[in-house]
Amino acid sequence: MVYSYYPGCTLKTKAKVLDKNARLCAEVLGFTLEEVEEWQCCGAVYPMGADEIATKLPAVRALHAASEKEQGIVTLCSACHHVLKRVNEDMCQNKDLQTTVNNYLAQEETPYTYHGETTVLHYLEILRDQIGFDNLAAKVKNPLTGRKIGAYYGCMLLRPSSVMQFDDPENPTILEDFIKAIGAEPVVYPYRNECCGGYISLKEKALAEEMSQKIADNALSKGAEVLITACPLCLYNMKKPDGETLPTVYFTELLAEALGLKEE
Amino acid sequence: MHGNKDHQADQIRAISGAEDRKCMKCGKCSASCPSYDVMDVRPHQFVSYLRGGDIDAMLNAQSIWKCVSCFACVERCPQDVKPAQIIEAARLMVIRQQGENYLSPDDVPELLDPELPQQLLASAFRKYAK
Repeated sequence: MVYSYYPGCTLKTKAKVLDKNARLCAEVLGFTLEEVEEWQCCGAVYPMGADEIATKLPAVRALHAASEKEQGIVTLCSACHHVLKRVNEDMCQNKDLQTTVNNYLAQEETPYTYHGETTVLHYLEILRDQIGFDNLAAKVKNPLTGRKIGAYYGCMLLRPSSVMQFDDPENPTILEDFIKAIGAEPVVYPYRNECCGGYISLKEKALAEEMSQKIADNALSKGAEVLITACPLCLYNMKKPDGETLPTVYFTELLAEALGLKEE
Repeated sequence: MHGNKDHQADQIRAISGAEDRKCMKCGKCSASCPSYDVMDVRPHQFVSYLRGGDIDAMLNAQSIWKCVSCFACVERCPQDVKPAQIIEAARLMVIRQQGENYLSPDDVPELLDPELPQQLLASAFRKYAK
């Protein structure tokens, strides 16, 4: 299976390890990530204003590029996934937005229209729904036996669940099922879907650290030895409170390790 | 500076797509909010102020810079009011005015550290500046 792949800004820079391991593992698991050509930064936050148009165009262009190839579009970064999924929903549901956006697209070098045709998938959804965690488990060469791993979901994969439709927003299981599939022990802790502070850590560092500290303390109290995340900003914020006591890594790093693909 | 109150309330309703009139004042939005302790105006108050037309209280609130857009209030509202979208609309009403950006490129160098992801700069500029 071949998917259009939208890496996003941070996977080309600070989060290269998230990207590289995902691509390596995809090939072993039987799917290919074909990077969208000349993709633009999605803006990293969904433009909530109903009258925001230009801020939604980068996502629409990527979604359209995937539809041209009749492929679903896959993301790894939680923020990119959130933006693409919600803009796509808007392009399906909101006829006024559709009209205005398509008026812009009519001015592109090669004019086109877009109406929300593309399926937006997170890499984890491919593992769960296309590959299946049982099949993933069967391909594990180095099970991470005895490792106590806390899933850190954060906000953007889950909420609002009416649009994201990723998992139960209050009691998600996809990352715990992933942890089991790679042979480790999931540590369930109540704050796993609380916010790390997100973008607020640029200007309100103390507030963001307080939020991420609460999550780290909660995970530690339940016995987690490491947290996994899909989001570079979550990883950055979660490293702030006490990165040595409770490290945070990308889920693809552990996936690569379990599949015997880990590169130092 | 923002035109008349009724017009402003309607503007916020149009930008936010939120439905303040459906609120039944259960307080779940504020109870769910991770920034609650540092907010001068809490999520449930944004809903009330919009309903009562007290627009200045919303536009002058420091809370518009404290909301993390985590959507906990949106997810947990039993009436689907979408408080975060009201706060976003208030923030947009402020930063769309000339000279009211909350973040300038000149501020960035001293906020950087070697681990800081690009995503953080992209998202902060989307939230704080036009």
